[in-house]
Amino acid sequence: MEHLMHMPRAQTGRSVYAPPSGSRLVPPTSAQAFAGDGAGSRTPFELGDSVHRTVSTSPAGRTRPLARMVSAALLAAALLAACDRGTENRSQGTAPRTGGRGTPAPGSVADTTDDGQWVMPAKDYASTRYSRLTQITPQNAAQLKLAFTFSTGVNRGHEAAPLVVNNTMYIVTPFPNLLYALDLTRPGAPMKWKYDPKPASAAQGVACCDVVNRGAAYADGKIVYNTLDGHTVAVDAVTGQEVWKARVADYNQGESITMAPLIVKDRVLVGNSGGEFGVRGWVTALELKTGRIAWRAYSTGPDAEVGIGPEFRAQYPQYRGKELGITTWPPDAWKIGGGTMWGWISYDPELDLIYHGTANPGPWNSEQRPGDNLWTAGIFARDPDDGHARWFYQWSPHDLWDYDGINEQILVNLPIGGQTRRVLLRAERNGYVYVLDRVTGQVLSADPYMDVTSTLGVDLTTGRPRENESKHPEMGKVVRDICPAAPGAKDWQPTSWSPRTGLFYIPHQNLCMDFEGVEASYIAGTPYVGANVKMYAGHGGHRGALTAWDPIHRRIAWEIKEFFPVWSGTVTTAGDVVFYGTMDGWFKAVDARNGRLLWQFRCGSGIIGQPITYRGPDGKQYVAILAGIGGWAGAIVAGDLDPRDSTAALGFVNAMKDLPQFTTKGGMLYVFSL
Amino acid sequence: MRSLLRSALTHFRTSALSRAGAPKLALALVVALGAAACARADARPARELRVCADPNNLPFSNARGEGFENRIAELVARDLGARVRYTWWAQRRGFFRSTLRAGTCDVVIGMPTTLEMAAPTRPYYCSTYVFLTRRDRGLDVRSFDDPRLKSLRIGVQIVGDDGFNTPPVHALSRRGVVGNLKGYTVYGDYARPNPPAAIVDAVASGEVDLAIVWGPLAGYFAKRAKAPLSIVPVSPQIDPPFLPFVYDISMGTRRGDTLGTRLDEVIVRRRAEIERILDDYGVPRAEGRRR
Repeated sequence: MEHLMHMPRAQTGRSVYAPPSGSRLVPPTSAQAFAGDGAGSRTPFELGDSVHRTVSTSPAGRTRPLARMVSAALLAAALLAACDRGTENRSQGTAPRTGGRGTPAPGSVADTTDDGQWVMPAKDYASTRYSRLTQITPQNAAQLKLAFTFSTGVNRGHEAAPLVVNNTMYIVTPFPNLLYALDLTRPGAPMKWKYDPKPASAAQGVACCDVVNRGAAYADGKIVYNTLDGHTVAVDAVTGQEVWKARVADYNQGESITMAPLIVKDRVLVGNSGGEFGVRGWVTALELKTGRIAWRAYSTGPDAEVGIGPEFRAQYPQYRGKELGITTWPPDAWKIGGGTMWGWISYDPELDLIYHGTANPGPWNSEQRPGDNLWTAGIFARDPDDGHARWFYQWSPHDLWDYDGINEQILVNLPIGGQTRRVLLRAERNGYVYVLDRVTGQVLSADPYMDVTSTLGVDLTTGRPRENESKHPEMGKVVRDICPAAPGAKDWQPTSWSPRTGLFYIPHQNLCMDFEGVEASYIAGTPYVGANVKMYAGHGGHRGALTAWDPIHRRIAWEIKEFFPVWSGTVTTAGDVVFYGTMDGWFKAVDARNGRLLWQFRCGSGIIGQPITYRGPDGKQYVAILAGIGGWAGAIVAGDLDPRDSTAALGFVNAMKDLPQFTTKGGMLYVFSL
Repeated sequence: MRSLLRSALTHFRTSALSRAGAPKLALALVVALGAAACARADARPARELRVCADPNNLPFSNARGEGFENRIAELVARDLGARVRYTWWAQRRGFFRSTLRAGTCDVVIGMPTTLEMAAPTRPYYCSTYVFLTRRDRGLDVRSFDDPRLKSLRIGVQIVGDDGFNTPPVHALSRRGVVGNLKGYTVYGDYARPNPPAAIVDAVASGEVDLAIVWGPLAGYFAKRAKAPLSIVPVSPQIDPPFLPFVYDISMGTRRGDTLGTRLDEVIVRRRAEIERILDDYGVPRAEGRRR
């Protein structure tokens, strides 16, 4: 499937909200992505019911017929979902969930905007990682206790979010990518089944930064996830039987997959990893029913393969022109140009657009690839039906720093400049929080959330960062104090958003780096050389932080400085609690309004996973996290790297020399409740 | 027997060769089994030389024992009265970590003497990057400063680490030779035999006018190329201030392992035989910087 396929478009008005046919379980409700705080508390944004409201107050100033149909479909789906759940619960012999705090009356919008489940890593299509559950609050969080644990039996970095669907929890491990199903209806949540995709062992050799996996997604009775050796698998959520297994990437060519898929309508969206191996980045859509590839869109090369066509609107002049995916590179360099897609995808059902970033260009020295190297280190808005691009924005033109642009984007509607704007919040690797208009790709603001030296700000007129030539790396030249370091101010670890506080919770690192001297190395029998990269704590001396960012006032609301990079995700609740974990193993609950530490628990290994929260069959709110140190930041422990080798893990080890004194390996699920 | 069989099977399962490679691998398996049967019949050697090696990377090594590093391993083992036992692992990122450092094997037969990931023995050869051209083109490029490099279509080996690349890529960038390079990743397609060799084929087929290739790879595949190829060591040997094109190669052991001392002795004792093996494989030699 080398070319972008042109698939028939879905009919206008087709209900994107209705459960896929044959669904036995509760489908992911797109509604929850955009609806606001069902609890009805005062928020600065009043996003509750926003699907309707923002349409009517959109810049166009009038409600579109499609939007009305969509709203109707949404309500219908909400009701359907509620019915489904009741049926399913009865069929399983468990009590239907009714009544109780946090469980509004059946059929209300609030009821379906949070069903207490967690069906995709980002919680919803808008990627808010915001739960409307309210049982755990700043007042009672100190009483959180361990409810149950489960050992995954795998010792590498655990970056995945558990899923909770129909009283079953699903966990994907790092390589060998086992899938466990745990029965939440029974004491201690015993294992129901285990699925082993048996990925090829050789794929471990093409994983750049530990053999991680970022999780699964649920839809249509299937748990769908990717394996390191380049397969997407769909597993029956009830029986644990494999439904299909599709080979989408070739590890023999250096491709691997670590990202969590996103399921939109009847498609599974997947992207590749492996920029270090001279692969060409892509995102691809598979049929949810069969695993057949529907389309594939590349990040470099001819317009037809990138998905640039008549529907593409260039917000800035540098994206205007033909075949820029070829002409912004030296001849043929785009063929191995990187721009992989190992991060996060969001979806706006109203605009019917998916959003995804692209990783850094490679594998050449930067001076061997003059030009902007489109379409790497940027973000695409695409049509999920055929992959065609609508707009693009480049965070780091001609990237010099390994600033992969694959972080998550949160889709919210914010009052900006006197009107409600449909925006996309993004804490980017290059150190800036961007607020983009998600309809057009226009940058509304870009502000640093750590001390940035690699660039001098973002020019909102041109959309380009202002260059700081004194920090450009050059072979043989010593360049110090490049901030952020190669992993960026934030890497893959996802942010969360609370419509109640209007804050955006950013787990991140505070690292700078030096390029000094030349280091020789050896691969496949061939010597090579490069800058000796050393990373270290950035300005302030701490290596990480949880930063609560106010995107309206464009400033930090509060910040918790952490000893190590915060390489875990975050989750935020309507109880005004934020959960995150630290690399030395503390799982923490803090007050979403002021960052006050409410509770913490020391897990057996460092935390780089994504917390989730769900409602158990007993009506209680639970919080779950996978511990298990590793990933790029934790490779020193998971990969037994030598702390004396300061340039190991591409220079990250220098910044993490002391981590082995604070934590040891071991994958384990921890689940807490009051 | 069991360990040998296991390693053959592991290789079969994990080396990730495609269907095209499978028959050859099946053959390798049969050979391995045969060898294993013989080993059982004979008196079991008292010692094993546990070698970390790539099963698919000629001219260095492969699972059939056809590389010069396989031959040197055999030579060293014979000298030590031991038998070679391989741990196969693609020589990519994590190779040292997953093999030597994980303790599954004790020696890597070839690595630059300056590499920090292992303790080097004394160097046993020194090679250089070379200009590789078709002889019938008569190009005779000898230096990175040759002005023709600005217009020739040049093949280079590239590595995907950010900021890292093979020395010729850096040298050409520094001279403003940009835009006429074609990159061949050192990883290649691991489903095919000898993945890094594609760059030599590209010279023979005329896909590029010239390639700048690490000597042992160029020397071996040039001998087997479809058209006669010319090999010329690059100059300068070191691009000031510190970009070397010439590398001393040592064996590597774990730091603190006394095996290194014994290997040093073997390297001295067997110098002539090692030289012969390197000659057999057409490994271009350069004057070592320290011996």
